[in-house]
Amino acid sequence: MHKLGWLRVPLIGTYAFLYIPIAVLVVMSFNASKNPFTWTGFSTQWYSALFNNDLIRQGFVNTMIVAVGATILATILGTLLAIGVARYFRSTVVEAYSLAPAIIPDLVLAIGLLAFFSLIGVTLSLFSVLLAHVVFGMAFVAAVVIARIGQTDSSLEEASRDLGASAFTTFFRITLPSLAPGIIAGALLVFTLSLDEFVVTYFTNGPTTPTLPIVIYSMVRFGVTPEINALAALLLLVSFTIVISAQRITRLTDSV
Amino acid sequence: MSTTTPTSGRGAARRRALIGRTVFAGPGLIYITAFMAIPVLLVLVYSFFQRGRFGGIVWEFTFDNYVRAFEPVYIQVFSNSLVIAGTTTLLALLIGYPTAYAIAKLPARWRTVALVMVVLPFWTNFLIRTYAWIILLNSEGPINSSLVDAGIISAPIGLLYTPGAVIVGLVYAYLPLVILPVYASIERLDRQLVEAAGNLGASRARAFFDVTLPLTLPGVMIGAIFVFVPSLGNFVVPELLGGGKTVMVGNLIRDQFLEARDWPFGAVLALFVISLLVILFAMQAAISRRINGTGKRMSSRA
Repeated sequence: MHKLGWLRVPLIGTYAFLYIPIAVLVVMSFNASKNPFTWTGFSTQWYSALFNNDLIRQGFVNTMIVAVGATILATILGTLLAIGVARYFRSTVVEAYSLAPAIIPDLVLAIGLLAFFSLIGVTLSLFSVLLAHVVFGMAFVAAVVIARIGQTDSSLEEASRDLGASAFTTFFRITLPSLAPGIIAGALLVFTLSLDEFVVTYFTNGPTTPTLPIVIYSMVRFGVTPEINALAALLLLVSFTIVISAQRITRLTDSV
Repeated sequence: MSTTTPTSGRGAARRRALIGRTVFAGPGLIYITAFMAIPVLLVLVYSFFQRGRFGGIVWEFTFDNYVRAFEPVYIQVFSNSLVIAGTTTLLALLIGYPTAYAIAKLPARWRTVALVMVVLPFWTNFLIRTYAWIILLNSEGPINSSLVDAGIISAPIGLLYTPGAVIVGLVYAYLPLVILPVYASIERLDRQLVEAAGNLGASRARAFFDVTLPLTLPGVMIGAIFVFVPSLGNFVVPELLGGGKTVMVGNLIRDQFLEARDWPFGAVLALFVISLLVILFAMQAAISRRINGTGKRMSSRA
């Protein structure tokens, strides 16, 4: 730290800029007052209010359905895709195509899917949201697993085949376990992404099945309430926990 | 796996690669084609047809949607968006570059923590991060009240629902996307080049502007694209922090698809964002090729 000199200013400034808004939000979620701007005392009443809010409860259930479904599908497809791209294609074009859903602007993907679903006659519902989340989720899993494949040694698999194991056995006994940290980290990231996704959901969802971000959006448009603060604080906690775990899983195994 | 066993011929290896491609990459590639490539192509196709009465389209070919994009109202929105996204990008680089530089100078064990802390907010709900600024910038919010308490201003000033609030919200949303690629390029930088510049008598400022900055330009450009393009397409921040007074391309696209129900015109606007993305990436690739070449030449000379 001592060598940084004046560089400490942007470093500390940036972290303050990134975290103060979040901190204010979390602090205000414990405010006793109904006025979201003036602190009058500590209270957890807004958290209990959340559990009694039907719209939020319904949003939570919908969000979990999509997030769990998208995570399962995206993890399977993304892992297979990563193996196919890294081991059998070795082409930068195919790799770029596989990762494109993670880079394409969300609004473009959203309107494209809206147009596509209406053209082929898919009714907008949680199912169409799920299909949409899988496409970008898969790209994130593929990115993490491709990175993992780059770090692993394929000689174990060759040894397994040479010793007479079938391709099937080799895949489940050697390939998958060696990629497991990448796959788990990828799955955790998709889960968080899906949980927090707003733009694509907003365009591909039906009117009767709001997810939590959609609920938050409609609440925020009407103004600031301490209830939103509490919900926001909880979602932040969930995302932070998941992302830090994903990071630890990939890093722990890097040193092995 | 791709190394063939000596006994199997070339044909067998090729067959194995084909099976591997089909079994592993096949489902994913088909999925991406169905739910990304075709939808995006559909946007391109829709831009050449007429709008349906209740959304959707009528299959009658026309260039009208493109002509309409040149109406003064829309030119105004485009230039407005470019100014706001441009200012956002500039600010994000001015904050992000020194931060990335500082992180690269940290001891190795602190670097990972520092980077995780940079990306962490990015993985949280985007609406929530925007919402936090509604609280901060509100006339009754903490910024205004501390300014009043400190006697700097006598009455709360309107911070929220201004173009400035939109820019702050966008910088906040995309700052991590600048820091990461810039950090990666600083990390990759050949430090001997900077040292050589110093040994040859260049001041630290001169060494930075003549050696470090040009060689990290590819990372800077990636960071700039990652801020600029999503800023253009963002409709949430202009709506929540700009109070609907600041209209950007993203807002227009959203409105054409969900409110005006003019999908073909919305498609034209979206294509504007996509083509900008493609052009900027092409520029980045060209510049990064040139700089890598120069870097290697300089390295071999040094």
